[in-house]
Amino acid sequence: MSIEVSHVSYTYMPGTPLSRQALDDVSAVIPEGSVTAVAGHTGSGKSTFIQHLNGLLKPYTGKVFVDGTDLGDRSKKGKRALVQARRKVGMVFQYPEQQLFEETVAKDIAFGPRSLGLGESEIDERVKRAMDAVGLAYDEFADKPPFRLSGGQMRRVAIAGVLALEPAYLVLDEPTAGLDPRSREELLQQMMRLHRKQHTAIIFVSHHMDDILRLADTMLLFRDGKIAAKGAPREVFMQTELLKECGLRPPRIMELSSELCRAGYLSQMVYTEKELVDVLGRRLRDAR
Amino acid sequence: MQEPLIVMQDVSHVFQADDGVGKAALSHVDLTVKRGEFVTVLGRNGSGKSTLARHCNALLLPTSGHCVVAGMDTREEKDLWKIRSHVGMVFQNPDNQLVAAVVEDDVAFGPENLGVPPQEIRSRVHESLEAVGMEHFRHCAPHLLSGGQKQRVAIAGALAMQTECLVLDEPTAMLDPQGRAEVLRTVCRLHEERGLTVVYITHFMEEATVADRIVVMDQGQICRAGTPKEIFGDVKSMDELGLSVPLAARVAFDLRRKGVKLPAGILTDTDLVQALEGYHVH
Amino acid sequence: MLGNITVGQYFPGNSLLHRLDPRLKIVLLFLMLIEVFLLEKPAAYAFFTAVTVLFVVISRVPLRTFVRALKPLWWIVLFTFVIHLLTTPGREIFHAGILTISEEGLTKGCLISLRLVLLIVLSSLLTFTTSPLKLTDGMDALLSPGKRFGLPAHELAMMMTIALRFIPTLIEETDTIIKAQESRGADFTTGNMFVRLKNMLPILVPLFLSSFRRADELALAMEARCYRGGEGRTQMKELRFATWDGAAVLLFLLFTVAAFLLNHYL
Repeated sequence: MSIEVSHVSYTYMPGTPLSRQALDDVSAVIPEGSVTAVAGHTGSGKSTFIQHLNGLLKPYTGKVFVDGTDLGDRSKKGKRALVQARRKVGMVFQYPEQQLFEETVAKDIAFGPRSLGLGESEIDERVKRAMDAVGLAYDEFADKPPFRLSGGQMRRVAIAGVLALEPAYLVLDEPTAGLDPRSREELLQQMMRLHRKQHTAIIFVSHHMDDILRLADTMLLFRDGKIAAKGAPREVFMQTELLKECGLRPPRIMELSSELCRAGYLSQMVYTEKELVDVLGRRLRDAR
Repeated sequence: MQEPLIVMQDVSHVFQADDGVGKAALSHVDLTVKRGEFVTVLGRNGSGKSTLARHCNALLLPTSGHCVVAGMDTREEKDLWKIRSHVGMVFQNPDNQLVAAVVEDDVAFGPENLGVPPQEIRSRVHESLEAVGMEHFRHCAPHLLSGGQKQRVAIAGALAMQTECLVLDEPTAMLDPQGRAEVLRTVCRLHEERGLTVVYITHFMEEATVADRIVVMDQGQICRAGTPKEIFGDVKSMDELGLSVPLAARVAFDLRRKGVKLPAGILTDTDLVQALEGYHVH
Repeated sequence: MLGNITVGQYFPGNSLLHRLDPRLKIVLLFLMLIEVFLLEKPAAYAFFTAVTVLFVVISRVPLRTFVRALKPLWWIVLFTFVIHLLTTPGREIFHAGILTISEEGLTKGCLISLRLVLLIVLSSLLTFTTSPLKLTDGMDALLSPGKRFGLPAHELAMMMTIALRFIPTLIEETDTIIKAQESRGADFTTGNMFVRLKNMLPILVPLFLSSFRRADELALAMEARCYRGGEGRTQMKELRFATWDGAAVLLFLLFTVAAFLLNHYL
């Protein structure tokens, strides 16, 4: 089971002077239960790419399959399967708190499950589970108007609204943008807990290379509408020249550790802060 | 770097909430920003950073206490426009602060409001756009620019008012790494070359290392202030405040805990490598 | 889905139309719109259309852009055509059941539709070739005599600039909100009118709130840049009539006389 993107191209406003090709023959496979990071600077095509994953944008050429269902299937028979397939992919846009609209937190989160046509008790259950997943206490927040909450809390309500659909694949476009360090870390941890517990596949767009390095098992690096590199973050980030061309820098931890390698304090690259401190601490103490 | 430009004395600001209960966004803040200084403000979401920034150019007035900018009390109605031209402001969302549909017209907006003669506006616009490296885009429509470019246009808009202090309220929060670097580089250059006073609010700890002084806010109060070395040297209290420190500072902190003797004040990778110089490894 | 709206877009350029003084351009456009309504004879229409096409060519704004400006209004044009086609009495040329089409109907349908198209193209020409700031300045200047009678000329003009500046942003935003709610299973296409209207709430509420927030932030940014209404304001690009503007007035008069003659004596 996977989302499979096969030779997808997409052009905005085709046939006009403002036409712009946003994706150019992009192929990728996102397996279920994986954590995939999407990187690239603004306008590199990453936002267009993720909007193809649940059929919000239709490829001009190429195909997108969700667990084997072709999202481009327009036949009568295909239609039901299509709706089912699209529901498997939850989409959290940038600044999702701007899409809240209901009077209470619980009602807003219930919007998704309700439109799925579920029963009231099932809806309630899902709202509770979703709020729990993002660390919002049901008793405290369910009846509050979302617009009275802090920015970080509103964002979690919005994410819960997507989680309540219980997607198998969760796509998030820069989920931590604008948050302070602690809120960022909390949100990322909640995301990873969901991944561990429910085996939800996480696909997230991020400008934080260090987050990508420590969280993702695969990364897709976009440049000019194409995938410039894909693979394990450690390997992709080693291609410093390519990164520079993409307008990015390696994760801080890798910059520091290659600096230390060059100066002779490390014999090989390390990829986590803990490892760096352990290795360095040991070597330095030994030297005394 | 002697005379004070912005002086806040015991400034409090209470917002009236819908239910009639006041919420203090700032309480009893004392802050002095000297001419030519680069001050960075850190703090969690909702700690009062933006409220503080908006007091610097009289967009908000203290509900108690005094805020004096270049010798003028912000409560003095007659000095309002002088104060605002002294202290330019750049906001977080690049889309919501550009007024005109062409770059040069937008930069002209400030001086036009001040009643500057057309000929002089032209030269100011030209000069300001050059200072932020956006001269080539003067005829461009803002919505076609990248986030970093839009923020540089916003900076030019403030410069065109001949401001001597720039207050930036999370100018890089919505930008990609490239845009972030662009904006920070521009601000640093203006600070160094023209002695522009800068008040810079950010969530990115690494951006804060360039400052002369860091002010940390928590729940409407200034809880810590000092040089980047002092602030980021104290990893524990930064963690407690829900903030973080640059990587090298954290690694140095953890190494010290493991018994490695390192000097204080390590902020950058280079600092760390230099500090290790006394050590030999096999 | 909303990416195709071109209303109020400005295409930077340096054509003769771009260089025309905005005040003059607004006045001339206004007069031309009136003239369109006075046209009767096909020959006059043909002449007027030819001149409009000439303007389009001179403006160097891509033809496709005009086609797109027409797109949202296409069905109104079609509707007008059909109504006139079917309801105008005259010499019958086609008959089927209760439908009768007369020669006069066909002509009238064509001409009235053409009139609409001309109106749209001419108005688009103004916004395509005039930067919003110039447009505002032009409006401001034209309305300023009204200030004596309490007309907030500058404020009206400013409101228009901001509206024009934010149209692209709001379109983009609406698009995102629709997609986001669609991803949550929202359905905007089924049910009767009331159901549909209710289903629009998830779009309208966020859009309203965000417009409000934007307005708030923009107001703050404008205040920070010393905006305080039109009083004591100067303009970088002062409006000055140039030789070309004089020539344009002459050409316009010439063209009006020609259209008048064609309309009455042919």
